[in-house]
Amino acid sequence: MKKSAVVLMVLVTGLFAASFAFAAGQQEGQAAGGKIKIAMVVKSLGNTFFDAAHQGGEQAAKELGNVDLIYQGPSTPTPEGQIALIDSLIAQRVNAIEISANDTDALVPIAKKAMAAGIKVISFDSGIAPDGRILHLAASNDELIGRSEVQIIAKLLNYQGEIAILSATAQATNQNTWIDYMKKELQDPKYANMKLDAVVYGDDLADKSYREATGLFKSYPNLKGIISPTTVGIMYTAKAIEDAGLAGKIQLTGLGLPSQMKQYITDGTCQEMELWNPIDLGYTATYISYLLVKGNVTSVSPGQSFTVGKMGSLTVGDNNVVVMGKPFVFDKSNIDKFASIY
Amino acid sequence: MTGQKSGTETSARAGTSRDGASRTRAHSLRNLATQWEMLLVYLLVAVFLVNSFISPYFLNAPNLLDSTFNFMEKAIMALPMMLVIICGDIDISVASNLALTSVFMGMASAAGAHTPVLILVGLVVGSALGWFNGMLITRFAIPSIAVTIGTLSLYRGIASVILGDGAYTVYPRSFAYFGQGYIPGTHVPFELVLFAVLAAGTGFLLHKTSFGRRVYAIGNNQTTTRFSGVNVDRYRLIAFTLNGLAAGIASILLTSRVGSTRPNIATGWELDVITTVVLGGVAITGGRGKIWGVALGVFLLGFLQFGMGLVNIPGQVMNIADGFILIIAIMAPELIRRGRAKASLSARRAAKAP
Repeated sequence: MKKSAVVLMVLVTGLFAASFAFAAGQQEGQAAGGKIKIAMVVKSLGNTFFDAAHQGGEQAAKELGNVDLIYQGPSTPTPEGQIALIDSLIAQRVNAIEISANDTDALVPIAKKAMAAGIKVISFDSGIAPDGRILHLAASNDELIGRSEVQIIAKLLNYQGEIAILSATAQATNQNTWIDYMKKELQDPKYANMKLDAVVYGDDLADKSYREATGLFKSYPNLKGIISPTTVGIMYTAKAIEDAGLAGKIQLTGLGLPSQMKQYITDGTCQEMELWNPIDLGYTATYISYLLVKGNVTSVSPGQSFTVGKMGSLTVGDNNVVVMGKPFVFDKSNIDKFASIY
Repeated sequence: MTGQKSGTETSARAGTSRDGASRTRAHSLRNLATQWEMLLVYLLVAVFLVNSFISPYFLNAPNLLDSTFNFMEKAIMALPMMLVIICGDIDISVASNLALTSVFMGMASAAGAHTPVLILVGLVVGSALGWFNGMLITRFAIPSIAVTIGTLSLYRGIASVILGDGAYTVYPRSFAYFGQGYIPGTHVPFELVLFAVLAAGTGFLLHKTSFGRRVYAIGNNQTTTRFSGVNVDRYRLIAFTLNGLAAGIASILLTSRVGSTRPNIATGWELDVITTVVLGGVAITGGRGKIWGVALGVFLLGFLQFGMGLVNIPGQVMNIADGFILIIAIMAPELIRRGRAKASLSARRAAKAP
């Protein structure tokens, strides 16, 4: 044992000494090749949503030319896993990191460290607190989501008829904010012939959502449309509509996962629904990262705008959040493509 | 080191009631233990060589030192976990303990507590939760795996009830030092130095004191040790309390490093901690293991992960590599032991043959 301990000490000390000696030489390793290294760090790997975002990022990289896009994420969606990855990205001296954060706050210290090392850090999809990023890219915002849902159902109903909302839980912050904007949108005179009968809660549970939807058909015989701004709710409402033979008589829209809603969109139970387009999201995040590196931009301010390739011009808003726009609409024409993505 | 000797001595002592063959077995185990640490040294060297070869950023002192931030909390939790496992017990509630302790520190910070108070809260709550595990296990004679499966859910459950989907994000500025700071004037993280000190302390306790010798004795044969007058439960209770204390220290470091508390902090870390200990050559059945092995296991896993991160190997593949290493760690001693048993058996047969 004594011997092995000595051998161990010698080896470890030797290796550390060697690494110190190398350290000086390594410092100038940068700038070789001239390619801009952008790292996309996602919540976890094996998530098709982010694989699609990666696909969009690659599109941007290809369009921009000299970009090397690194796609990385932990195997489980933890902030600690992302922190370890960001540490190794700092060590690799990438030029920019775009993150979909597993924790708004826990990533702030490491993101600050990255920015102090000269790396441009932005968040997309799921944000880091303002201290820890140059800007955040959001697929949409609460107001656009809420209002656009009403606009879609109104279009499907020719601006007349009774509607209802089937939400997640009564405490769900996101859904409640969107519903507030739906109500505001409904105050516009062009919706004078429409009436909101009720808001019910399916708690994002399959059976409860199904029962609440069936309950709506019974309680409101004149019901013409349902908005369900939750992926579980919209799927089981679609099933309830179909089971009750009401397809075509009651229109449905909301936020749904293309893969889960493909059958109902194809058969017309739900003609249009919304969600994010992960490809555009990844494209935009990568494009903006590139612009920040190229212009050596270390901070932005509200009102500033970026010209982002095929997405056109995007403007920085409050808290340095860049909003891409209204949610992306899925219908018969594009559902097949996106159903295979997520 | 004497610890290794004392460990095998006790196993030999425990074996005297059986036949003489166990003496041979104890002897081969001693060789094996020595070999195991050497195997870890070779693996560590291999990791260094391969990583330096595949990435120009690996063999760089600041990078290497910075990478340790990501595994020092787990490393510190691995130290008393050694004691627990050598005693023949296990504690899978450590990460939940860390989370609940972090929640208490968050509450204290929200109430306006300064850094010294937060440290105290961390140490006291962590130890108390560890002690609670130990009490249930020793007082009611429940297997440690059963108790800590329970507290794994219980501690994190309480953390979730207190915080819901909220977070504590306000900590004093000086609190950030413990998880993010360096020893002044150097690029050596505070966490790394703290680990070195605690590892030296644990090594001393295990290998140089009668406390340590008894811990090995308990793991080798609890009943014999009890009949030889050792208050076994007291030792086990101390081991669990120390384990809680380490979770408290890790909680201080991690909370400081991420500057915030959420109930899902350090999810799944209990497995990483146990992996490190087992990789370090501590027998999961108790009674055997050395501090050098665990320290080597810590850096082996940590630098392996860092190297894979540097060449952007996807997270799942890193998991596969970890799993693979763990299986090797568990199987290798067994395979070597069997190989030796077979060899000695055939040697004896050959000797008997006319």
